[in-house]
Amino acid sequence: MRKLLFESVFRQPLTERAPLPDDAAVAELATALGQAARRRLGRSLSIREVDAGSCNGCELEIHALNNAYYDVERFGLRFVASPRHADVLMVTGPVTKNMREALERTYHATPNPKWVVAVGDCARNGGCFAGSYAVVGGVSEVIPVDLHIPGCPPAPTAMLQGLLALLERTDADAVTS
Amino acid sequence: MPSLIDLTLEGRKVGQHRPWPRVVVDASVWIFAASELAHGRWSLLGLWGEPAAVHMAIMDGQTAEIAVVSLDCPDRTFPSVGKHHPPALRLERTINDLFGLSAEGSPDARPWLDHDRWGVRFPLGDRIDALPKAAPYGFLAAEGDGLHQIAVGPVHAGIIEPGHFRFTASGETVVRLEQRLGYVHKGIDGLMTGASLARGVQLAGRTSGDSTVAYAYAFSRAAEAALGLVVPDRAVFLRALLAELERLANHLGDIGAICNDASFALMHAHCGVLRESVLRAAGAAFGHRLMRDIIVPGGVSRDIGAGGAETIQATLDNIRLRFPALVELYDNTASLQDRTVDTGMLKPPLARQYAAGGYVGRASGRSFDARRTLAYPPYDALRFDVPVLSEGDVNARVWIRIREVEQSISLIEQILSRLPEGLTRKEVPLGGEVREGMAIVEGFRGDVLVWLRLRNGLIERCHMRDPSWFQWPLLEAVIENNIVADFPLCNKSFNCSYSGHDL
Ligand code: SF4
Repeated sequence: MRKLLFESVFRQPLTERAPLPDDAAVAELATALGQAARRRLGRSLSIREVDAGSCNGCELEIHALNNAYYDVERFGLRFVASPRHADVLMVTGPVTKNMREALERTYHATPNPKWVVAVGDCARNGGCFAGSYAVVGGVSEVIPVDLHIPGCPPAPTAMLQGLLALLERTDADAVTS
Repeated sequence: MPSLIDLTLEGRKVGQHRPWPRVVVDASVWIFAASELAHGRWSLLGLWGEPAAVHMAIMDGQTAEIAVVSLDCPDRTFPSVGKHHPPALRLERTINDLFGLSAEGSPDARPWLDHDRWGVRFPLGDRIDALPKAAPYGFLAAEGDGLHQIAVGPVHAGIIEPGHFRFTASGETVVRLEQRLGYVHKGIDGLMTGASLARGVQLAGRTSGDSTVAYAYAFSRAAEAALGLVVPDRAVFLRALLAELERLANHLGDIGAICNDASFALMHAHCGVLRESVLRAAGAAFGHRLMRDIIVPGGVSRDIGAGGAETIQATLDNIRLRFPALVELYDNTASLQDRTVDTGMLKPPLARQYAAGGYVGRASGRSFDARRTLAYPPYDALRFDVPVLSEGDVNARVWIRIREVEQSISLIEQILSRLPEGLTRKEVPLGGEVREGMAIVEGFRGDVLVWLRLRNGLIERCHMRDPSWFQWPLLEAVIENNIVADFPLCNKSFNCSYSGHDL
């Protein structure tokens, strides 16, 4: 049994390098992001994701940030399980009325300094769900938003770019203030 | 034993309803239909409301005949189907929440999607003001020595959709799980009312993000059925191509994610790479990684881009090369099998009773697959197997996905090699007076049903039913007597949609 297990773990082609395209742009982006996070926070950047009414499309692309192509953890970007560990709240969806309180409570549970990134077209103003009796609208109707990343859903690279912009901006603010 | 045909003879047939008949019946026939469901002769495909009527879509399991049975509710009540046939219960609670039509005799009259936060009750019926103060939700009681409760959500620890789970446990063993959903209710049924077909299909494609193709597909087919519109051959094949790419990407993601929940991250990493490769190929071929807004009534809005077919084929070749080793790894890893085999067992009779679709049903002996059972084009012209197992555990649900990955690869290759030339889209006629249509399309997690009524080309009422409606309650059932720590594993093997369910 042991042998079988051993073999299956180390047998080809699993020990080969995964078929990753040499995506230099992504690597560059993520490195810059990691550096900015460290400059700003002196450590890694912890992100708590909150689905406040999304169709789940945005979540799928946020998930993709963790796959081996993007592998954002190697740059110090981590998705954490609790808002109490987070620097950034990534919020998706046209905030539904049924999720409003949960979003507020998650926000208040996140320690300062904190940033809120609204991800996706819905999170900006409700997207195509705006005007429904069941929807509040954009995330900024409920909690203050620092950055909005557009798209339906935004591609993983757009999210990396957005996070970088956020950190560079807060970095600049920190220097000038 | 009367057949569905006999039943439809009992009622007043509605003129413009395609492709299956719809009949308006009286209460006694309605109750008769409910009892046939309860006896397992028919399956419930959907149950939905209107301001003064309820509709029920049913299927004869033997003959795959389908019909819609309708009942007028002038006094705002209808005889409960759920009283006889539990799969109807949550749907009836929803009808009450949205339209204020109550199911008489229902054993569960608690609200479902309505959390008392909308500021209005019965938003699609006679709107009245909400209650002044939200009443606490009455979770079912579980009493006994040493039982304790664990409340989880709506915000979960991972990157997942919101919902609330209330576990009652005895030590580590789950005695009862009760779900509370509705957190992502966006009022899509309401937004559909009065919308154009263009807006309708956009909303449909945003009902459940991982099934954006399946929803746009089902919506478009329902609209085309209503209008009697035949779409060009090339579009028919491209639609199936999109649907199979969506299935492939989701199954690959799921197989890895299930293993990840058994702490086997290696599979997750490799499957994630394969999933990403499918999304990138889709992005290259159709301009959107999730293939959103491409299927529209009349055809497809975008043809496959230059080099798209080659990119997709190269991706398939790569999956063919890498996937078998991953399957072997899954099958040969004792620590993984230890977690998935015999865990979260769904017995075949229960899957049948709930007419569970997708891998949930097919891992528990229910062979229904809309692509095969209803054989809509182009699937009637393609070769594929529908894998069925009867073990009903997490392992079986993984294996169904594995087999379906292989089938989807073969289907995509057949489609690419036979893709007809020609137009990809037809003009949609405005379509005169009242027309009704229904469609059932096999999404990656099961059958997506869309029913709609058009009046002068606008949507008067559209109802979409996610496969999760009949899968969520089964998750409650399968977790009993498993340990709390196995819940994520069971949950992921079902991978029910929150947004598609909450709508
Ligand atoms: S922005 Fe698009 S992908 Fe994101 S939640 Fe809204 S509809 Fe879904």
